[in-house]
Amino acid sequence: MAQYLLSVVGTSADYDDVDYTDPAIQQMFADTGKFNDQLQADGHWVFGGGLTNITDATMVDSTGGDVVVTDGPFAESKEFLAGFWIIEAADLDAALKLAAAGSKACQGKVEVRPLQGDPTAE
Amino acid sequence: MTADSLTARIERVYRDEHGRVVASLARRFGDLDIAEDAAGEALLAALERWPADGIPANPGGWLTTTATRRAIDRIRRENQRDAKHQAAAMITDPTPHEPTGAVEDDRLRLIFVCCHPALAPEARVALTLRLLGGLTVAEIARAFLVPETTMAQRITRAKAKIKAARIPFRVPNADDVADRRTAVLAVLYLVFNEGYLASGGADPIRTDLTAEAIRLTRTVRELLPDDGEVAGLLALMLLIEARRRSRVAGGELVTLDEQDRGGWDRVLIAEGHALVRERLTAVADGGTPPGRYQLLAAINAVHTDARDARDTDWNQIVRLYDRLQLVEPTAIVALNRAVAVAEVDGPDVALAITDRLDLSGYHAWHATRADLLRRLGRGDEARREYDAAIAATENSAEIGYLTRRRDQLRPQQGA
Repeated sequence: MAQYLLSVVGTSADYDDVDYTDPAIQQMFADTGKFNDQLQADGHWVFGGGLTNITDATMVDSTGGDVVVTDGPFAESKEFLAGFWIIEAADLDAALKLAAAGSKACQGKVEVRPLQGDPTAE
Repeated sequence: MTADSLTARIERVYRDEHGRVVASLARRFGDLDIAEDAAGEALLAALERWPADGIPANPGGWLTTTATRRAIDRIRRENQRDAKHQAAAMITDPTPHEPTGAVEDDRLRLIFVCCHPALAPEARVALTLRLLGGLTVAEIARAFLVPETTMAQRITRAKAKIKAARIPFRVPNADDVADRRTAVLAVLYLVFNEGYLASGGADPIRTDLTAEAIRLTRTVRELLPDDGEVAGLLALMLLIEARRRSRVAGGELVTLDEQDRGGWDRVLIAEGHALVRERLTAVADGGTPPGRYQLLAAINAVHTDARDARDTDWNQIVRLYDRLQLVEPTAIVALNRAVAVAEVDGPDVALAITDRLDLSGYHAWHATRADLLRRLGRGDEARREYDAAIAATENSAEIGYLTRRRDQLRPQQGA
């Protein structure tokens, strides 16, 4: 088994002026909840969650010695991380299958990346 | 036998067996690098031993056994360093030796790994040629006109991704196999075209590419005997390959209408036609409508059906191109259709079609227009198009043909 990070790519449109009473939005939340339940039932679930808007982010940088705290990411990016799962899967094909189901449920593009294993094992 | 020709023979055997050796080791050890390195070491051993001992009766078996020993040696050394590596390496194929008859071919697993959609398209082609075709990185780099370091990096990165992301070493399950086979067929067709279209007939490696593409496509057909597009691609390759000997004469390209049809390979044509008939029957019986490869094969079947170029059923070819345009609405298909339209409706109608295509960087667009303009008696314009076509290709046989055609144009009156 290997672990994969499934990142959900979002844009500000996913956060600004979202009407939570919209049946399509409610369906999306319901589908995502079902997908999460399935991940847990099938033993793929490690962790996951949705993120609040990128405007809520805070950047911390201690690389230069001093701690510098700034409001949010430096680059204004159109697309950003909106949510994620960490899953266990046998191989990439299994991970891609789960990503496809996750993408359909949350109605967002999903990037699949393997987590680094024990580097001494390579 | 001279030492040089023996070395060449050993290298040919090695190339023929490379896919089998690497695939077998990759499945056994779950690691492409180990498989590839061990295959390389087996070649060195063969080059050392075979000149003295002779080429063994079963060279593939010898290479696989030697490579396996080398791989085990290496894994032992590495396991002493870290036992975890072995655990990781062995997990890749949890279901070895399932009794699946004809599909039980390690090379097929390897094809599906090399053509995995998670890899960049150019990496798929490179990996397929390197690991299955046994071509060297330098040869692949030359075939695709990129620096060797670029090609080496492309292959290294792809292998690193296969390992890190755990692209599984297995044939996809029934749900996925249709999509995944489309990616495989695209790679095989690219390999074939590289051997057939890009070569000037001067480089023997490229003949190997067409043979390799056909061999691999046959293997895929064994796996997916009912898949129409697999049959279509195989038929297409066979019907094109059948004309290879007549296609270049005196270092110059010979166009379809001028080819010596007696030089066509009737065995390959018969096999290609049988495949096309098989597909026509299957489609007539309510099978899936034909995709691009079946339609291209059908077009080539019409061409190879004509004993003389004048007997070609161009109406049928135009109809097939009409259908092809529906499944593949590209400018290149429209250009090829225009060539057929010229035979049915005249070169002026065809020229008007090419006017609308945005293909000015493509040598075949210029070459087609040059020919149409020539037939319309518009010599000056034809000459300019021949020049543009010559400038846009590096293929020596094609340059030879285009230059002769250009120089045959009558000098323009007045102008």
